[in-house]
Amino acid sequence: MREKLVFVAAVGFLAATLGVTPALAEKSGGILRLYHRDNLPSASIHEEATISTVQPFMSVFNNLVLFDQTKKLNTVESIVPDLAESWKWDETGTRLTFKLRQGVKWHDGKPFTAKDVQCTWNKLTGKDPADDLRKNPRAIWWHNLKEVEVNGDHEATFVLKRPQPAVLSMLASGYTPVYPCHIKSQVMRTAPIGTGPFKFVEFKRGDIVRFERNPDYFKKGRPYLDGITWKVIENRSTRILAFVAGEFDMTFSADVTIPLLKDVTSQAPKAVCEVAPTYVSTNLIINPKAAPFSDPKIRKAMALALDRQVFIDILSGGKADLAGVMLPGPVGSWGMPPEKLQTLPGYGTDIEKNRAEGRKIMESLGYGQDKPLKIKVSTRNIAIYRDPAVILIDQLKKIHIDGELEVIDTSIWHAKVTRGEFSVGLNLTGVGVDDPDVNLYENYSCDSERNLTKYCNKEVDALIEKQSREADVAKRREIVWEVERRLAEDLARPIILYDRQATCWQPFVKGFVLHQNSIYNNWRFEDVWLDK
Amino acid sequence: MASYLVRRFLLMLLTLFGMSVLIFVMLRLVPGNITDIIFDSAGFVNPAQKARIERELGLDQPIVTQYVNWIVGLARGDLGYAYVSEKPAIEEILPRIPVTAKLAVLALVFSVLFGVPLGVISAVRQNTPLDYALRVVSLSGLSLPSFWLGLLILMAFVQWFGWIPIYRGSDNLWQELAFLSIPAAAVGFRASALIMRLTRSSMLEVLRQDYIRTARAKGASDSAVNYRHALNNAVLPVVTIIGIEAAFLIGGLIITETVFNIPGVARFLVEAIRWRDYPIVQNLVMFIAIVVVVVNFIVDMAYVVLDPRIKYEE
Repeated sequence: MREKLVFVAAVGFLAATLGVTPALAEKSGGILRLYHRDNLPSASIHEEATISTVQPFMSVFNNLVLFDQTKKLNTVESIVPDLAESWKWDETGTRLTFKLRQGVKWHDGKPFTAKDVQCTWNKLTGKDPADDLRKNPRAIWWHNLKEVEVNGDHEATFVLKRPQPAVLSMLASGYTPVYPCHIKSQVMRTAPIGTGPFKFVEFKRGDIVRFERNPDYFKKGRPYLDGITWKVIENRSTRILAFVAGEFDMTFSADVTIPLLKDVTSQAPKAVCEVAPTYVSTNLIINPKAAPFSDPKIRKAMALALDRQVFIDILSGGKADLAGVMLPGPVGSWGMPPEKLQTLPGYGTDIEKNRAEGRKIMESLGYGQDKPLKIKVSTRNIAIYRDPAVILIDQLKKIHIDGELEVIDTSIWHAKVTRGEFSVGLNLTGVGVDDPDVNLYENYSCDSERNLTKYCNKEVDALIEKQSREADVAKRREIVWEVERRLAEDLARPIILYDRQATCWQPFVKGFVLHQNSIYNNWRFEDVWLDK
Repeated sequence: MASYLVRRFLLMLLTLFGMSVLIFVMLRLVPGNITDIIFDSAGFVNPAQKARIERELGLDQPIVTQYVNWIVGLARGDLGYAYVSEKPAIEEILPRIPVTAKLAVLALVFSVLFGVPLGVISAVRQNTPLDYALRVVSLSGLSLPSFWLGLLILMAFVQWFGWIPIYRGSDNLWQELAFLSIPAAAVGFRASALIMRLTRSSMLEVLRQDYIRTARAKGASDSAVNYRHALNNAVLPVVTIIGIEAAFLIGGLIITETVFNIPGVARFLVEAIRWRDYPIVQNLVMFIAIVVVVVNFIVDMAYVVLDPRIKYEE
């Protein structure tokens, strides 16, 4: 007995001195209580382009493959099987075949088959005769997909028009669940059916969204939680206070701003808070069709007026990232290193020199201190848009541009921008996956519906396609940086900063890993458990 | 009296018809419609898909046809389909009404229970320290925005009790009322201040009347003079203001429902306006208009009960 006690004491001493924490056994049960920041538009992930839908509803679905929920970075290496057991590229790089799991059931009891995979991508590529998606914001992601072939119930092949290694990353995003063939899109918008770890229970607008454990989930032993509730709390002060009071187990993704973080950590010192890039950029949009901005000289002068570090210091206490189009390292895989970034037009560190050049351009066009160019700077009526817009107006003054803030009702912002009813605007753009195909095609290619400024340069399009075909990562990165240079020279939606915000959770929430290079891909919640 | 009631009823119908036209037209004059907003969360607008949704929702029809469809539906008890949730509008509106009704009634009860007695005390104890203190309270009630007061209450609860009094909903009526009492106090504070001030000034006026002096001269006690003789006569303008406040309450409730996260109709209405969810907005505003018209009617009828001199003649 004495030996046993000595042994236990010795192990305890060793554990304490070496800082070894015994592995915690996962506990099942409990409801994860979360709040939602706004009234989510619908439950259909494929029809929305907002974290408001992805974050709650990702747990209802499965993808073919998924970014590993337990790893912080989304990379090709962190892609793991989900509905597909395995996948294989053919030697031409145009056929990607998935072997699908057997015995998987939709929440309504119907079997999941390869037909469902085919159906989903038929909808997304406009090949579905019913064509009942109300909108399809990521159609451009699948522009290179020729078709999905099925071979029996458990094999599906994505046939591409040309090689595109990035397809696998896009399939691993939270934005890319597999939908059931037998359910109409209208139902998916209101009461979705998936194969995922949680079943939809109710969605009361402006009030609550509830999910319960899927007892037939194909991953044995998962999920640990009995359910998840999302309470909609639109008032930020109320929801942060509620989190501090322990009413909720986790904040909404990136809902805690850097200034707010100090309050949260002081009032709830035990809360776990992580600051991470959101991959949401603050960017300047200039309408090249609105006079006088059709003149590239004026657009160049505007880019030269920007002092990005001031934006970063004021808006995020210095935490945000100075960046080009792609998210910078170390968490971003494709961003330009700082020394290269500084060589892009408007990124030089000598701001006064840039602005002097900008003033010179403006003066050559007949503007000056006494005769400034009067413009309206449009932005949507949300603080995260308005605040940088005010800084922008102040900076434009330095090059004889007198801006007036035009605040647009948030609900019609995209409609106005798409119709080109703006001259200069301040916009925010989120990127779903840290891959150039997603960012570049979506925001800068001629054919993209989400290319808000309608920027179109066929040479840049060709370069975007060239990088998309390239399987060698180092070579691809060089092409991406060339695209970055061209976009900066063309002043296509100059990026001002990439923001960082915090997400917090209570210390008893275990098994949750916050992804660092996208906010859209880690909300499956199947590994999360409550240590209570 | 009967013909007066008929006239009032017809006038109510006319008012509601005018309201329906006003609501319908004004909603459509606001820039942007539901299809723009549906696309907003997708970050783009596709004109072809937008036109298809407009067709689906009947927004491509002439405005007069849309109005007639709405009124005919209303007469049949069919409120149409909510554009955003794609559910029958009645299913969206009905569950929210009791929550707001309870909150509004509690707020009104709070404002009357505090406003009237404190107004009387303030008048009876005119120019005493108690009167000054109550006047400061009433002035602060009128000056403090209810959202600020609401947030202050939330912060105080979190700081002192480690608990936040946001709405949780309950099947137990008393438990639910207990939850709602704190936001009701926040929203009712302003109305109680107004009622307190009006009761005070009205009481002061009545207390100077000859019949009050007569009552005192014949030896009536202070409480009998103040509450039976004076308050009975001073309460008429207070009843009017309670009626008006009941209508204004909806404005205060929007803020309070947001701060205390109460899933009521007031907050839902604002949300529906933001989404240009016409079926929800039209029907809810009509519902509120009906409530206001009926409350005004009840107030007018209450005059007859409270003041026997008032008669609605043929």
